Amino acid sequence: MLCALALTPWFLAHNTAVNMEARGIQSGFDFLVQPAGFDIGETVFEFDSERPYWRAFLAGVFNTLRVAITGILLTTLLGTLLGIGRTSHNLLVRTVCTVYVEIFRNIPVLLQLLMWYLVLAVALPPFDAPYNWGVFQLDKNGLAWMVGTEGDTLFTFSPEFLAVLLGLTLYTASFVAEVVRAGITSVPQGQGEAAASLGLSRGQTMRYVMLPQALRVIIPPMTNQYLNLTKNSSLAVAIGYPDVVSIANTALNQTGRAVECIAVIMTVYLITSLATSLFMNWYNARAALKER
Amino acid sequence: MSTFTPIPPRPAPSSTVGPLAWLRANLFSDWPTSLATVSIGALLLYWIPPLLDWGLLRASWRPDFDACRVDGAGACWGVIAEKYRIILMGRYPFEEQWRPLLATILMTALLVASCMRAFWRRWLVLLWIGVLAAFFTLMYGDILGLTKVETDRWGGLPLTLLLATLSIAMAFPLSLLVALGRRSELPAIRSVCTLYVELVRGVPLISVLFMASFMFPLFMPQGLTIDVLVRVLAGITLFAGAYMAEVIRGGLQAVPRGQIEAAATLGLSYWQTQRLIVLPQALAAVLPGLMNNFIAIFKDTSLVTIVSLYELTGALGLALNSDADWRPYKIEGYLFIAMIYFAFCFSMSRYSLWVERQVNKGKAR
Amino acid sequence: MKFTSLKLVPATLLGLGALMGATAHAGKTLDAIKERGQVVCGVNTGLAGFSAADSNGKWSGLDVDVCRAAAAAVLGDGDKVKYVPLNAQQRFTALQSGEIDILSRNTTFTMTRDASLGLNATVVTYYDGQGFMVTAKSKIKSAKKLKNKPVCVQSGTTTEKNLTDYSRAHKLNIKPVVFEKLEAATGAYFSGRCVAYTTDASGLASVRNKEAKNPADHVILPELISKEPLGPMVRRGDDEWFAVVKWVIYGLLEAEEYGVTQANVDQMKSSDNPAIKRLTGGGEDMGKLIGLDKDWLTRAIKTTGNYGEMFERNVGSQSALKLPRGLNNLWNNGGLMYAPPVR
Repeated sequence: MLCALALTPWFLAHNTAVNMEARGIQSGFDFLVQPAGFDIGETVFEFDSERPYWRAFLAGVFNTLRVAITGILLTTLLGTLLGIGRTSHNLLVRTVCTVYVEIFRNIPVLLQLLMWYLVLAVALPPFDAPYNWGVFQLDKNGLAWMVGTEGDTLFTFSPEFLAVLLGLTLYTASFVAEVVRAGITSVPQGQGEAAASLGLSRGQTMRYVMLPQALRVIIPPMTNQYLNLTKNSSLAVAIGYPDVVSIANTALNQTGRAVECIAVIMTVYLITSLATSLFMNWYNARAALKER
Repeated sequence: MSTFTPIPPRPAPSSTVGPLAWLRANLFSDWPTSLATVSIGALLLYWIPPLLDWGLLRASWRPDFDACRVDGAGACWGVIAEKYRIILMGRYPFEEQWRPLLATILMTALLVASCMRAFWRRWLVLLWIGVLAAFFTLMYGDILGLTKVETDRWGGLPLTLLLATLSIAMAFPLSLLVALGRRSELPAIRSVCTLYVELVRGVPLISVLFMASFMFPLFMPQGLTIDVLVRVLAGITLFAGAYMAEVIRGGLQAVPRGQIEAAATLGLSYWQTQRLIVLPQALAAVLPGLMNNFIAIFKDTSLVTIVSLYELTGALGLALNSDADWRPYKIEGYLFIAMIYFAFCFSMSRYSLWVERQVNKGKAR
Repeated sequence: MKFTSLKLVPATLLGLGALMGATAHAGKTLDAIKERGQVVCGVNTGLAGFSAADSNGKWSGLDVDVCRAAAAAVLGDGDKVKYVPLNAQQRFTALQSGEIDILSRNTTFTMTRDASLGLNATVVTYYDGQGFMVTAKSKIKSAKKLKNKPVCVQSGTTTEKNLTDYSRAHKLNIKPVVFEKLEAATGAYFSGRCVAYTTDASGLASVRNKEAKNPADHVILPELISKEPLGPMVRRGDDEWFAVVKWVIYGLLEAEEYGVTQANVDQMKSSDNPAIKRLTGGGEDMGKLIGLDKDWLTRAIKTTGNYGEMFERNVGSQSALKLPRGLNNLWNNGGLMYAPPVR
């Protein structure tokens, strides 16, 4: 049984090699230094079609990180508020938060991304009639910070980026809310009662007593949610945001190197997951209960 | 002697009973709470009536797009009335659509029955095998006088149910083995299982699906072609197995060591210990986590749209993208399938709460 | 458990060895098709005029007809085809891996595809070029006016590269919005997200006709920014099947040249012209040179008609697209279609 397990990947690799050679399919990572030949719609750093493929992949990675980091920050904020809201004494706040969590948790994330993209595509003002508010301009090209008079922008948030950010943030926030709620309810009730007997208001209780103790229970599942958000950003390929999966897709089609491009995608995500896990483990160790 | 009759209890102070008191306690207990109530209440009043107006009052329900285009018309639910067959059944041939309908009803009935205590007998396994066989016979055909329908024409709700049910059913034994393997003493098995779990958990499902759909054929010897549905199922099963293995491993860690030692003193073998002592306790402990996983897999079936299998989300695109008349009403279509997903997932989460309560009855004081 | 696994070791090794032996010899596609009794044809998921299925699942289009003609020539019946809809990403791996026999999916012949993917380009069935489609309201009359504008494009096609090359050459700084699925790209264009949509000109006509609410509201710009010779592809190393596909298409072109149509192919068997007799199986047996019988081309012509009839029915005057013959006319009629003689 062990030998079968060990031999299987070798068997698959051998098959692939034989098949590819028999059909004259070229392989190898040498294509990474060839000029890419395609433009990318939005990039964090400068990129054009003369640059090599590895730079295109790097641009994709930065795009993924851009949406992932922004998403993580926003979702932590929103999710914590919702989680606290779910344990509130105010019936209205509690109901609204519960309804939000139940709705956004039970609808697939791809569907939510598609819906937000459709809403943005329809609702944003057309090109010839943009909506201006101070330095900001809102039109079908997204949200732009205008600088100067010729239409130069300091930065632009395309509708694809906004849709991915919105969809991912709202979806993951519902899970983060549940994690935070589980953390808060794990703190012994006596703590809250003791705080009340000391005269602390509910807000102060939450800030100084409940949340610090809840953090230990919250951090591992929270790490999971951050990783989920990063992995879910790969769905941006369906709505036109050039993240690393979308760029690897284009590279796959233009060079035909399916195995190499998919290997690149998997490596990028594995490294990201490992890095996030390591960081959160370190933070966890810092925040852990110092047992005797 | 006269018997002692206590005076009737006096009613509670008027400021603590009645609707006014309830409002004060729940909604207006102190300044921040009152502020929150007022502001949220105002927002809700601002958004909900126009939404209801658009969605229900001014909506048109008939499959007539001229009625939808009238100025001031609300939601056009007529698009569902017109396109529901393609949305729910995908590209399945029109005349044969009674077959996927019957198959879906059978599968849903099986799932509901498996949830009820009354059905937890030995013959449930046979029932599962029977219904699955009936499902495939109905969908594929080619015997009993039914015409053959290739797997690339399957779509819509039956495909979603099939992918979710089969991948969970197949991933469960796999995840059990992997979770046990991770705690094994043989370093080879332990490292293989750990590698599998960490690798699969670190990558998004979409890359696993890409690999399964585009690269699987290259892995196989020439001439051996595997059906696209089978490849996608394999991909989702491998993915689900890794996540479930982690959850089960958490449960295994929660079983006290003493249990295994006691089983050893009774002379039980490794597999007997696992089957009779460890797994029942471990699984009971992590049932909510497992149910969470099941719900997640059900939602993740929507991703197969990206590899061109037209389940519910993809079938909607199929129905509306090429039809210029109905395309403006795509948002109603999205809301429709969102409601279907919500119905399934919400029922599953309610059921998981019920199961949790049942399991914890033994621990309740 | 540890002891029983030792018995499994030789069993698994034997099994694996047998499977590995299977990889050593490459399968011959023509034999496989004859044995299977079916041609597996990779087509588009839905491009009107080239390969699209109606609501009953019946496929039609120019690329579909090529497969039907090949099936009729080899197996005797144009309906013995299994159609596998593929998107732009899957199409090459599907052909490379053996999942399909022929990729008839409006695929452009380029050097990369012919040389480095293990595939062979057969015959060009449609000479096309890449163009742009804009709304009439935008008042854009030429592609050079697309400076700094967002243009919707589908991922994984030559379209992306051509757009970039054109943008660089004319310093237009076009912003591509790239979608995985065709429907997402056209949907974004029709919702106003992009100023223009770009793909092959035939694709533009197809999309405009089928998906626009009012086709007259959209304008196809006059510039063709690339050469797009479209045609079916087969796997490398399979010369018999390669020859069959090539000569079926050449035969259909020659049939149009000599005036052999779907209607008159049987009478033409007894024609006086020896060239026509060769095409229709009345004279020399050309079929046996490629492993088929005498009536290989007759059956193909009877199934789909000659090339001209295929064109007019699917993308020309009898279809909704109404594309002109243009470059796709015969060489002696002002076009580029020049078939080597079937003799």
